[in-house]
Amino acid sequence: MIAELGHFSLILALGLAVALTVIPAVGVYQSRPLLMNMSGSLSAGLFVFVFISICCLANSFLTDDFSVDYVARNSNTSLPMQYKISAIWGAHEGSFLLWILVMAGWTLAVSVFSEQLTTDMRARVLSVLGVLTVGFLLFILLTSNPFDRTLPVFPMEGSDLNPLLQDFGLIVHPPMLYMGYVGFAVPFAFAIATLSTGQLDSAWARWSRPWTNVAWAFLTVGITLGSWWAYYELGWGGWWFWDAVENASFMPWLIGTALVHSLAASEKRGVLKSWTVLLAIFAFSFSLLGAFLVRSGVLTSVHSFAVDPERGMYILIFLVLVVGGSLTLFAFKASKIESTADFKASSREAMLLINNLLLVVASAAVLLGTIYPLFYEAMNDGLKISVGPPYFNKVFVPIVMMLFVAMAISPVSRWKKTSTERLLKSQVIPFVSALVMVTMAVIVFAKSIEIVVIFVNTIAVWIIISLGRDLYQKVQHKKAKIQSLFKQSMSYYGMLLGHFGIAISIIGVVSTVYFSEEKDVRLEPGDSLTLSAYHFKLNKMLRVEGPNYLADQAEIEVRKGGDFVAILRPEKRFYPGAENTMTEADIEVGLFRDLFVALGEPLDNGAWAVRVHYKPFVRWIWFGGMFIALGGFLTVLDRRYRVKASRKVTETVLVGTAV
Amino acid sequence: MKFGKMKTHRRNRLMLVAFLLIGSGTAVSLTLTALNENINLFYEPQQIVDGEAPIGDLIRAGGMVKAGSVMRSTTDLKVNFVITDMKSAEVNMMYDGILPDLFREGQGVIARGRLDPYGVFVAEEVLAKHDENYMAPELKKMIDAKKAEA
Repeated sequence: MIAELGHFSLILALGLAVALTVIPAVGVYQSRPLLMNMSGSLSAGLFVFVFISICCLANSFLTDDFSVDYVARNSNTSLPMQYKISAIWGAHEGSFLLWILVMAGWTLAVSVFSEQLTTDMRARVLSVLGVLTVGFLLFILLTSNPFDRTLPVFPMEGSDLNPLLQDFGLIVHPPMLYMGYVGFAVPFAFAIATLSTGQLDSAWARWSRPWTNVAWAFLTVGITLGSWWAYYELGWGGWWFWDAVENASFMPWLIGTALVHSLAASEKRGVLKSWTVLLAIFAFSFSLLGAFLVRSGVLTSVHSFAVDPERGMYILIFLVLVVGGSLTLFAFKASKIESTADFKASSREAMLLINNLLLVVASAAVLLGTIYPLFYEAMNDGLKISVGPPYFNKVFVPIVMMLFVAMAISPVSRWKKTSTERLLKSQVIPFVSALVMVTMAVIVFAKSIEIVVIFVNTIAVWIIISLGRDLYQKVQHKKAKIQSLFKQSMSYYGMLLGHFGIAISIIGVVSTVYFSEEKDVRLEPGDSLTLSAYHFKLNKMLRVEGPNYLADQAEIEVRKGGDFVAILRPEKRFYPGAENTMTEADIEVGLFRDLFVALGEPLDNGAWAVRVHYKPFVRWIWFGGMFIALGGFLTVLDRRYRVKASRKVTETVLVGTAV
Repeated sequence: MKFGKMKTHRRNRLMLVAFLLIGSGTAVSLTLTALNENINLFYEPQQIVDGEAPIGDLIRAGGMVKAGSVMRSTTDLKVNFVITDMKSAEVNMMYDGILPDLFREGQGVIARGRLDPYGVFVAEEVLAKHDENYMAPELKKMIDAKKAEA
């Protein structure tokens, strides 16, 4: 009964989404504010019904209602409570319901925080979000209903959630990722709405910017969590695989990063406007492409959901309609967009343009590598290929290196015009000091001269020095230096933090890649091995029992130069419900190095295959990601996004005094 | 005066176009080279037996692990096993390392590695089926084809 209620709520939500698409649009067409303003309550209604629906699914999970097929496939009576909740988005149908909830949430947020918008603009934006929601709801209702029953014969016990997903990372990773993916629908809707009016002014960029930054920050969090989760949960210490599904989240992030920067230029200087609109369209299109790649099963990936051509076809058609429709609109309207300002080759605008070109080229390279197997198969009579990580490293790395150099230089550049000579001269001291510092650090701590490590880390430190100097120069000539620190805008601090995060991640990536050590060995209890400066000894093997699994647990003692470091307890778990085996690594975490131990398989004589990693600076990759996201969130607190709202208050006050 | 300005403006634009053309041309050709060097073709056991697969190149091979074929070393992590297409073709595989959790006799695997001159596939990486519902498209296609034949 509850499940049917959930299904019914979804159908009602579809009705409301159709209304949200049509009614405000008619209102705009006939200039009737009453109809336009209905968009607010329709968005609220839409959110409420989708929320009821997901609560119903949660209820089915918590009450172990295995007559619901989705619950029977992804839960089990002995599954711990928190995983019963996260199992809602543990597989295709439920995760798409979460996707729709997030979509309805963004729509509601736009309708609530839209005091700055004109009634007309608000109606247009919400109508575009409405039509997208219609597409998503039709998809779930027609092809992926999570409320399908298994009646009349239903199982007494569920087949359990995939053990890989029984983990904290998977509780938070998908919601964050979807906040990002779906969040790009908002700048997309702003772009389409503005194109439909034919007037593209800087106000549009100011409206889109906070939304874009927040969506992008969420996506950053999602990707960072995903990488961290893959590192400790997939069991083998890798943190990025250039896997098709990872790329599917990375491409919208790259385009989103370009969008975040070009919106800055569009808002501040009124330049690159049509380009920015195009990026907004592509950022969301890449999100949809990601959904297609993940949910259609056309590509080989460890993340793919079960293969289902029908679903893939639906998303593909939806994708074609969205991209085709918006690009057609763009083609007709974009010629009317005029850029008002001009800029010189080494101005800040030009730096942002370089950033954009490099990011777009980088995402094109990733896209090519990701979907090339599809083309190859189509052109070569079904011959299957895969594109290996070396391709991505070879193509992607040089592009981002150029990007990082531009990043180090850019804080010095000014709007409109910057003297190229001054720009280059100002970089000599930061670059040389970065080079000296990094070379010394590498020689002292790593006791080797790795040219690549020195080169890349120098760029990272150069970026940090440039940022620090820029902040110093901003307050240098002020009398009250500390107070003037507080007077800098929040979006400036957001930029500092975001770029700082990138530098931290760069250091993490290059140090991990070049200085990691790993060994796969056969260990009997009592055996030991040495890796880097660490000594690992397998004391004994234990049998332990979890709530819904049995496990072999190793007790491994780690020492460094005779001093005790840690006891690590990696496990090999067996989940009877899903008849699945899972590797649970154990990690000794540190700011400068991780020690990672995972169990392979049992061998004869009580021996086990054991993998041991020494991973220097690996945490920095994710710390950097968190700084970047924090920077994105910080920009939203900028005062200027609230300017109009407060001006309204002043007006009211004035009117009040006049009366 | 005005004419002179136009000229500089035009020259700048021409330089920009030339720069873009050269830049994008180099980028595209480098990318395509990298792509062609790093694609891994997939071969079924039958194709390897027939000698269609190149020797010494990085390729991928997939099939079912033959029951009773897994032999481990007693001193290190070296392991030998046979993959089959469930008909006649069989390929010997060699691997040194930890096999994935889902590696089992009778289950599908995909391996990345090189074929040595004796027809033994030396794997650098072995991937097993990810979950009960998911199967790599290559394997699924092969199995479906066999089912259709039977």
